Amino acid sequence: MSMNNTPHADHEVDSFTGVSTTGHTWDGIKELNNPLPRWWLWTFYICIVWAIGYCFAYPSIPLINGATTGFLGWHSRSAVVQSLTDLQKTRGALMETLASTPLDQIEQKPELLAFARAAGAAAFANNCAPCHGAGGQGSPGYPNLNANRWLWGGTLDDIYQTILHGARSGDPKGHQGSMPDFGKAGILTQPQIEQVANYVRSLSGLKTEAGADLGAGAKIFADNCSPCHGKDAKGNIKIGSANLTTKIWLYGSALKTIEAGVTNGHGGVMPYWGGRLDNTTIKALAVFVHTLGGGQ
Amino acid sequence: MQQRVSKKITTGELIGFVLLAAFAVFATFVSAKAWTPAYAFQTSIMAWTAAVCAFLVIRNYYNRPAELPPREIDGKPNYYLGPVRFLTVASIVWGLIGMSIGLYIALELAYPHLNFVHYINFGRLRPSHTNSVIFGFGGNILIGTSFYVVQRTSRARLAGYLSPWFIAVGYNLFLVLAISGYPLGITASKEYAEPEWYQKLLLTVVWVTYLFVFVGTLLRRAEPHIYVANWFYLSFILTIAVLHLFNSPTVPISPFSSKSYIVWSGVQDAMFEWWYGHNAVAFFLTVPFLAMMYYFVPKRANRPIYSYRLSIVHFWALIFIYIWAGPHHLIYTALPDWVQTLGMVFSIVLWMPSWGGMINGLMTLSGAWDKLRTDPVLRMMVVALAFYGMATFEGPVMAIKEVNALTHYTDWVIGHVHSGSLGWVAYISFGAIYCMVPWLWNRRELYSLKLVNWHFWISTMGIVVYISSMWVAGIMEGLMWRSYNKLGFLQYSFVDTVQAVHPLYVLRALGGAMFLTGVLIMVYNLWMTITVDELSLNQAGSPGAPALVPAE
Repeated sequence: MSMNNTPHADHEVDSFTGVSTTGHTWDGIKELNNPLPRWWLWTFYICIVWAIGYCFAYPSIPLINGATTGFLGWHSRSAVVQSLTDLQKTRGALMETLASTPLDQIEQKPELLAFARAAGAAAFANNCAPCHGAGGQGSPGYPNLNANRWLWGGTLDDIYQTILHGARSGDPKGHQGSMPDFGKAGILTQPQIEQVANYVRSLSGLKTEAGADLGAGAKIFADNCSPCHGKDAKGNIKIGSANLTTKIWLYGSALKTIEAGVTNGHGGVMPYWGGRLDNTTIKALAVFVHTLGGGQ
Repeated sequence: MQQRVSKKITTGELIGFVLLAAFAVFATFVSAKAWTPAYAFQTSIMAWTAAVCAFLVIRNYYNRPAELPPREIDGKPNYYLGPVRFLTVASIVWGLIGMSIGLYIALELAYPHLNFVHYINFGRLRPSHTNSVIFGFGGNILIGTSFYVVQRTSRARLAGYLSPWFIAVGYNLFLVLAISGYPLGITASKEYAEPEWYQKLLLTVVWVTYLFVFVGTLLRRAEPHIYVANWFYLSFILTIAVLHLFNSPTVPISPFSSKSYIVWSGVQDAMFEWWYGHNAVAFFLTVPFLAMMYYFVPKRANRPIYSYRLSIVHFWALIFIYIWAGPHHLIYTALPDWVQTLGMVFSIVLWMPSWGGMINGLMTLSGAWDKLRTDPVLRMMVVALAFYGMATFEGPVMAIKEVNALTHYTDWVIGHVHSGSLGWVAYISFGAIYCMVPWLWNRRELYSLKLVNWHFWISTMGIVVYISSMWVAGIMEGLMWRSYNKLGFLQYSFVDTVQAVHPLYVLRALGGAMFLTGVLIMVYNLWMTITVDELSLNQAGSPGAPALVPAE
């Protein structure tokens, strides 16, 4: 047991490889006395040398105040600044022009318009598409931006303001106002809600339930809904009330959906983007949305 | 003359019973006052388990002979194999659970409608998957094989009488609590360290006991030297203890709540988390599986280990360097630049020490390469070493800052982890299980080598499908996220990449399903091995004869 210093020549030699073993056995397992593979050792050394060299080149050793900076002077924060500067260079002078050109003049300059739309498309895909859809087609509760119908106005400036401040977003300059919960608040009864919902469907020529009292519905509408949606039910962009005479529906046109809306109200939120996106990007977004097909 | 040996309760039995009974009462009290139903449920599982175990300790005391099992019978070590059998079965059960959850969450990513109720949404099931496969399947087979290997290579019976069972049962109770907690919303939200404070406390007690039993057995050894596999196991046990302690100092908001907060904050917490997380890969998923390799490959190939010197040098190099590589998980983050640099260079230096294990394993087959044709179990272990070599090359490459800029946050990372976990960790474990089950249950051989062959081919193709689909998905994501159009604006949005990877997600699920199919074949094969009578060896006088088993 204490014979570990015995020369290996005395140990059993493996017949297949001709290499001697170390003389130990564990549960039948023996070990050959092969040296370290040369290529393995040298690759290991090269990695170590490279690592030491890299540590000289880049920040690596902590000191009392900060760390060594490395002879390349690389720093992750300045590297980001450099990348952003490079990006600005790629975008070129048009970015400056976009920033300085008043919103209403961008669309008159074809080259600038194309550039603004490209900038807007990228910003739209990463910020707006999750709700409004990749093509701005919308989905229940999230307006379609291609149609020529606007809750809060479809001029370039209206769109810009809506993106900047949002709707019911917590930004005091954002659009306020919401659809009240006539059912839950006890203002209308269930039969009244059914009557008014049928009447609302009739406004855009949709089928109404057999035997629905449209006259009563019209009366309820005039008493409760017209203050916001207007006597002609065409809505009011100042308070974001929907035009009910078109076949474009934010939440859906099914009778049950309309009844649910009258019962529970609506108050979907559009976030404000001022302070989250820079002003040039918001301008580009406004131009992009305005030129999607529905701009006024 | 008959001499009646009076039966005495041992100190261990007495303390064990008192502590278990007291804990059962305490956990019942906590359960009654728990703030949430989920915590009440979890504490009542603890109470019931403690009560049943207290009963089993006493029942075993009345049923056992007066003398505890001897360390040796006729000069041969009387190996303690009951806990090893329990841990082996537990490993396979957790493997099935974890891999099935894995398949389901892969399908959830491809078909999001499968997230139909919050208990099983991706965010809650994902840690259940990772914990079941890493700590359930991996952990059980690691503790199980370590108990087997340390006994055989030390020619000594496992230290302790009840404590190995405390480790086996306690560890699995920890797993049940942790993995059932995630769907119920109980989580510490630290990746691979999701268990909450009381679960982590339980693990701490179990793990310290594990260290004592393992070291105790080493101290009893009849061999002059400690076998290399045992160095690897010991470094696993020690380092996991240290990592766990540093990443887990949490303050519970009340003993009656499952919620706690970690004492670290900000980037320090991130650094501790990934120092832990990366070394979970190192000291849980690499080092002890190398231990497994160092025992089962030479045993199965019946060849000596290629190089003693290489085993020493790569062992010390591996454990010294691995511990520094954690920051490569946080490249291009708020972590100071110098820490990122060190994480990266240590990852590169780690390449050769990692490969040392592969070389030693593969070269051990010289003189036995022909066996790969006839022995699918050995082939499985050799392929495991090949995947190990591939993953430990891919890892350093991905740790290089410029490469990391492309790969980070993409599915390439998922592919990398699975080439390591399916190809290396699971395959070397399957090899060990196929070797060990006939030994543990006194069987002549496996029920069917042909079925092992089927398992091998179906699972291997599954791994290839899995990792290649994730490579393609990851590289595509990385390139799409960084691609700009000629005006200098991003070409794609995140949603575009989600759409683009869909077919690859479907393929990945297919690869996972193939891998799981192979495992089901293995389970059938092992079941038949254990139950078919013709395979049984005469148990009399066998050194592997089952020792007293208090509970199973």
